[in-house]
Amino acid sequence: MDMSLYPHAVAMSAEEFTTWSSAMINDLLSAGTKKTVDKLTGPIWSWAMKNSMHPLHWGLACCALEMAAASAPRFDAERYGMIYRSSPRQTDILLVNGWISKKIRPEIRRLYEQIPNPKWVVAMGECAISGGPWYDSYNTVQGLDQILPVDVYIPGCPARPDAMIDGFMLLQKKIDDYFARGVFLED
Amino acid sequence: MDTNAVYQKPSEDEIKTLLSEKFGDSVQVTKTETRRVYAIVKRESIHKVCEYIHDNLTFEHISTVIGVDMVSNMRVVYHINNYFNGCVIELTVDVPNEDLHIASISDIWVGGNWHERETWELFGIFFDGHPKLERLLTPDTYEFYPFRKSYKMRGQE
Repeated sequence: MDMSLYPHAVAMSAEEFTTWSSAMINDLLSAGTKKTVDKLTGPIWSWAMKNSMHPLHWGLACCALEMAAASAPRFDAERYGMIYRSSPRQTDILLVNGWISKKIRPEIRRLYEQIPNPKWVVAMGECAISGGPWYDSYNTVQGLDQILPVDVYIPGCPARPDAMIDGFMLLQKKIDDYFARGVFLED
Repeated sequence: MDTNAVYQKPSEDEIKTLLSEKFGDSVQVTKTETRRVYAIVKRESIHKVCEYIHDNLTFEHISTVIGVDMVSNMRVVYHINNYFNGCVIELTVDVPNEDLHIASISDIWVGGNWHERETWELFGIFFDGHPKLERLLTPDTYEFYPFRKSYKMRGQE
């Protein structure tokens, strides 16, 4: 919200400002402005976001090699705009590929918290889905969904590169749905 | 044989003879095969034996330090390689359950450092003289030793 348009709002107390801004948002909602803006702009944001998916460049275990193979010339995930960024601040997808040991669990959680909203989580391979071969192990988390909300599961041991690309195409549908629900004034 | 000479490529029989001449009862060579020597060592002399193997028999690589839970006692197994003729010595040391301490060999082979840390976190065998005996693979909050026979998984209860 551009505050320079509302010079009187700058002098308000916090409580007054909250009341005023909620009233204004409610006006926008009831007048159908939010719906209209979402209808008009949603496809644009959705198109932009799903065609520039930036997963975190982070390989845990063997599935990371499949992730690398998916970026290699034969499968070429970059056709989908998947460019791996090495900082969680510049990503929107956390791709967890490999077993999650209990020692790295807090680090995964921290990486997830550092990714700015909107963000998605992909669990790739059996280990990230359910612990895989390390079922009932003393040092492996039994699935990523025990610590994070997972959007897409990519099964396979290992998950082949084409399976990974398929999973990301499903995620594109999910991103579409997210923006179709509307993001204007949602925070 | 001269126990103080340096042998670059000792044969299995030479190793057996040298060890028994140098250490007498504290090293008991049980078996030799092609490029393999098996020996049982007393706990008190493990550091001296390893020093001799490294300095005089030119065994420059330690490939394994791992524990075995024999229930009645613990056991530490060392596999030590010679690069020049591919010979491997397997040393077995029994450690009583009441006193799980053994001398660290990480000052002889630096590669033994992580092996010993792993053995400590999985079996609870303390290596005296180790520079940094901390957990390596498991979280620091663990208060159990997963590779012991007494540790049970949910499915085993």
